[in-house]
Amino acid sequence: MLRRTLPSSMRAVVGVKHAVDYTIKVQVKGGQVVKDVRHSMNPFDEIAMEAAVQLKEKGIVSEVVAVTIGNAKAVECVRVAMSLGADRSVHVVGDQTAIDNLETLQVAKIFAKLHEELQGDIYLMGKQAIDDDQCHTPQMLAGLLNIPQGTFAAGLTVADDKSSVTVQREVDDGHQTVNVSLPAVVSCDLRLNTPRFPNIRNIMKAKKMPVNTMKIEDLGIDLTPRTATLEISAPEARKGGGKVADVDELINKLKNEAKAI
Amino acid sequence: MLRAAARNTLRQVRAKSGYADYDLNDPLRITESLQEEEVMVMNAAKSFCDATLRPVVQDWWRNEKFDKEAVFGGLGDAGLMGPTIDGYGCPGTTSVAAGLISREIEKVDSSFRSAWSVQSSLVMHPIYTYGNEEQRERWLPGLAQGKLVGCFGLTEPNSGSDPGSMTTRAVEKDGHYLLNGQKMWITSAPIADVMVVWAKLDGVIRGFVLERGMEGLETPKIEGKMSLRASPTGMIHMTDVKVPKENLLPNAKGLSGPFGCLSSARYGIAWGALGAAESCFHRAREYTMDRTQFGRPLAANQLIQNKLADMTTEISVGLASCLQAGRMKDEGKLSVEAISMLKRYSTGKAIRIAREARDMLGGNGIVDEYDVIRHALNLESVITYEGTYDVHALILGRAITGIQSFK
Repeated sequence: MLRRTLPSSMRAVVGVKHAVDYTIKVQVKGGQVVKDVRHSMNPFDEIAMEAAVQLKEKGIVSEVVAVTIGNAKAVECVRVAMSLGADRSVHVVGDQTAIDNLETLQVAKIFAKLHEELQGDIYLMGKQAIDDDQCHTPQMLAGLLNIPQGTFAAGLTVADDKSSVTVQREVDDGHQTVNVSLPAVVSCDLRLNTPRFPNIRNIMKAKKMPVNTMKIEDLGIDLTPRTATLEISAPEARKGGGKVADVDELINKLKNEAKAI
Repeated sequence: MLRAAARNTLRQVRAKSGYADYDLNDPLRITESLQEEEVMVMNAAKSFCDATLRPVVQDWWRNEKFDKEAVFGGLGDAGLMGPTIDGYGCPGTTSVAAGLISREIEKVDSSFRSAWSVQSSLVMHPIYTYGNEEQRERWLPGLAQGKLVGCFGLTEPNSGSDPGSMTTRAVEKDGHYLLNGQKMWITSAPIADVMVVWAKLDGVIRGFVLERGMEGLETPKIEGKMSLRASPTGMIHMTDVKVPKENLLPNAKGLSGPFGCLSSARYGIAWGALGAAESCFHRAREYTMDRTQFGRPLAANQLIQNKLADMTTEISVGLASCLQAGRMKDEGKLSVEAISMLKRYSTGKAIRIAREARDMLGGNGIVDEYDVIRHALNLESVITYEGTYDVHALILGRAITGIQSFK
């Protein structure tokens, strides 16, 4: 993938997923997850949108493009993105079966395909979607495009000459700061910012803004799933706890009943 | 084993016959009938309410606090004021979207929804509908942004249900108007910058826009309220208040002026009251499912289930009617009597539901931490203002029989 010359103005591409709403208690019925429930923008993607809009407000980014991949209803997600400050949007649409079968590798491939035209300087996405919690797409996209990644961003600073971005990452044992050259993929974590709520005036304006709709089957990407789902079941209902008399009994229970050690 | 088999059969039968599963939060799937823009507006309103209003409501209601900048400024920033007005910094969205905003705000508290209703339907609406272009430009943008707070002065100590008997008078003198009189039970009066006051000028009711700072204009707060405590309510005392000619609303003459505003507000209240009822229903359900007495949850009792069934039925049927009314309103097909019907229905059912929820929560139902008592007390005002429950019955009675029973 050819590097562009240093851009004087940057384009931020934000991936926003129309995910199951965080207030919904997911249920399993007949071996399938009940999907006919309220959906809204993945909260981590809201954080990514906020990061992009803040960069635009600072004059670092001159254009924000929001991208969603989903069923017909997912267009709501990019409309919200535009009401938050995206200048234009792309809706890759597929029927429910195609969307249900999508795996993170194919999602990353779709973004890689869109990069041919979008030429994003920075790709911003939530670190994971709250419905499937895969946490793969940003990393895979970086791999496919052969560009660097700064994941789990809790802090983000673009260099003055726009040649690189410093990402403060939240890792298990603390913070790690990396500096990666642009273009790059950055995945956003909870503490990066507090997203603004959409203003209704802007929602009305966003109604009239253009959405570039593309059919998923027209992108020329092999959408065959690489994995097969064997079984879906709900977690077991929580049972009451019990008291143990001493450490020996505890070890015995952990070893022989819970099979945890 | 047999029960599992029966459940599977039921599932297959449902699937074949094309029936969907029951949705506790939206039994009649109102959301399916909403336009994309309306869903977005509803979600935006909900985010705003959860982030800004919900965290403070318990403290503010208990202690009669109100932060004008946080509430009006916040509502303005979110673009929630005057939702159906086109231009002047307003969104220009549908009546259904306006109703959804009302419902989301009142899910938190009727005090906030009253403040929003007054600003949008009783101040911005008359200025937009009855004012000239200069008046619209002058006040609407500030009101839309929440930088200006408005109030609506119609009711007086001795004229509530009978606004035609008002004694506030305007006389023309030396090129301006002089207003004298008293208005009472005015939401936001103590903090208002802009006041739409209705007074008789040469025997005809006209609308005047008064502004904070005019000499002779006082807005004392009404103390001792046990309802709508998170919204300041007051009086408007006018002693020879000099109102310039530019502040007279040219296109409102007679009672049709204030009534046009009231119909718009009542429509919003029909949605809003059901929001309060929804909060009470969910609270009652949650509580009765958690609390166990005599070895089982309260929700296992038939009396409780009957009450929950009544609550959700009344709410769902009410919301479906409000949706229909909203669509008709935008097509110009909604009658004011239909609005009376729905305001009466929603407020009547909501107060019953709130009181019943209070009962179901037992002792916990009387503390503000559990919300329901706050809703029940607020609804005492909501069922009274903008036309009492009984007066709306008489409005309908007149429409049904042609005979006016109140004169």
